[in-house]
Amino acid sequence: MPDTAAENLKSTPLEALHVGLGAKMVPFAGYNMPVQYPLGVLKEHLHTRDQAGLFDVSHMGQAELTGPDVDAALETLVPGDLKGLKPGQIRYTLLLNEAGGIIDDLMVTRPAEVGKENTLYLVVNAACKDGDFAHIAAKLKGRATLARHEDAALLALQGPKAVAVLSKFIPAAALMGFMTSRVDTFEDVTVRLFRSGYTGEDGYEISVPVAAATSVANALLAEPSVQAIGLGARDSLRLEAGLCLYGSDIDTATTPSEAALNWVIGTRRRAEGGFPGAAKILDQIKNGAPKKRVGIKPLGKAPARAHTEIQDGNGQSIGEITSGGFGPSFNGPVAMGYVTSAFAKIGTPVTLIVRGQPHPAEIAALPFVPHRYFKS
Amino acid sequence: MSETRFTKDHEWIKIEGKLGTVGITQFAQSQLGDIVFVEVPAAGKAVKAGGEAAVVESVKAASEVYSPVSGTVKEGNSALPDAPETVNSDPQGAGWFFKIELSDAKELDGLMDQAAYDKYVAELA
Repeated sequence: MPDTAAENLKSTPLEALHVGLGAKMVPFAGYNMPVQYPLGVLKEHLHTRDQAGLFDVSHMGQAELTGPDVDAALETLVPGDLKGLKPGQIRYTLLLNEAGGIIDDLMVTRPAEVGKENTLYLVVNAACKDGDFAHIAAKLKGRATLARHEDAALLALQGPKAVAVLSKFIPAAALMGFMTSRVDTFEDVTVRLFRSGYTGEDGYEISVPVAAATSVANALLAEPSVQAIGLGARDSLRLEAGLCLYGSDIDTATTPSEAALNWVIGTRRRAEGGFPGAAKILDQIKNGAPKKRVGIKPLGKAPARAHTEIQDGNGQSIGEITSGGFGPSFNGPVAMGYVTSAFAKIGTPVTLIVRGQPHPAEIAALPFVPHRYFKS
Repeated sequence: MSETRFTKDHEWIKIEGKLGTVGITQFAQSQLGDIVFVEVPAAGKAVKAGGEAAVVESVKAASEVYSPVSGTVKEGNSALPDAPETVNSDPQGAGWFFKIELSDAKELDGLMDQAAYDKYVAELA
């Protein structure tokens, strides 16, 4: 799709590599990004679930937050238990506003290295990064200092073969637990590894200096089980895995309870509060929220896309789809969205209005495809 | 004797007398990528030139298929809903969408012939 603002798009360090591989490039979050390669979205998706896919996620925001009480400081902005985060552990959490709305979702890591005891490593969404980092820096002024890592690219290697591939280069990668991080060397390049990802599969995210990004990516792509995978398959993979896309499934108008993300709020944080919107969110945890994010399975073949209206059996509007499409591994249409809480029970029949016509669907359990994260 | 005409939206129509067979072009399928869902019109449906007549969806997005001409649908390709990938593999053959009885053959004059369409696509690339 041509884009009139193409000349204003930013590039990741791997742009030339994508173009060389024959990728179809599209604007995404202000970056010129590969939406698919010649393999195509369907086969890229299936390849990732079957073997291993390499994704360029360098557009995401990486930063270090440092301060003498950095855990307590960041806990004033997120509902996650950061004080309980062990060295080398990663936590998925949410930046919240005072109304309990979600400013962004992010990964927070406590580095295991000596000298990083007062530092947390943050990875946030590309489209939100400038706002997030400004918000964090302003709110924590005097308590913690935020340093952006513009000098680092980010690769994701996802799928059942990811461990075998990466441990050829970094033997210790195989020993890492799910949602842990370590610093190691990849052919003499210092990299930060995270055993995490956003596909529902086992895998890694690899933070690598910009200058070495292409050589690391090429080394991984030279492995027979690895294919380059674009944003199209990244979206269908995360949708099947029931994972939220910020800006579609969660935003400042949704709370953690509404988004079915209560699990991100630890026991201590529920008892103590002290995060933005705590009064509202803790009340919703106790008494329920007015709407809830659910999986929605169309019973026919037609995919139902974002903004599709959801109705009850009487033609009353009860919600809207926020992400929807065809699930290549599920081999059928899949969706998620919000419904009035009375209709959120799994198995509830609902009607989707697709191109003006009613289509039967039902509330379904998430994920559509079981997670296969590494269990040590 | 049949001839094929093309729209700027990348539909083709193959004319045989008063009957036209409509589908999307090789270029269109290559731009859409893997097609996972197709909805074809029922026989008897009246369509206008440029009006929505069918739906084609890739993994990523839904697109409308517009009728190149006005007329009455005689037949939708009933094989497509169960094998939407046919549109990728044979877009200008077995991947046809519907057959239409033309109400105004003069509308064909506003469509491109093969040479004009090839030039149009070359300029898009």
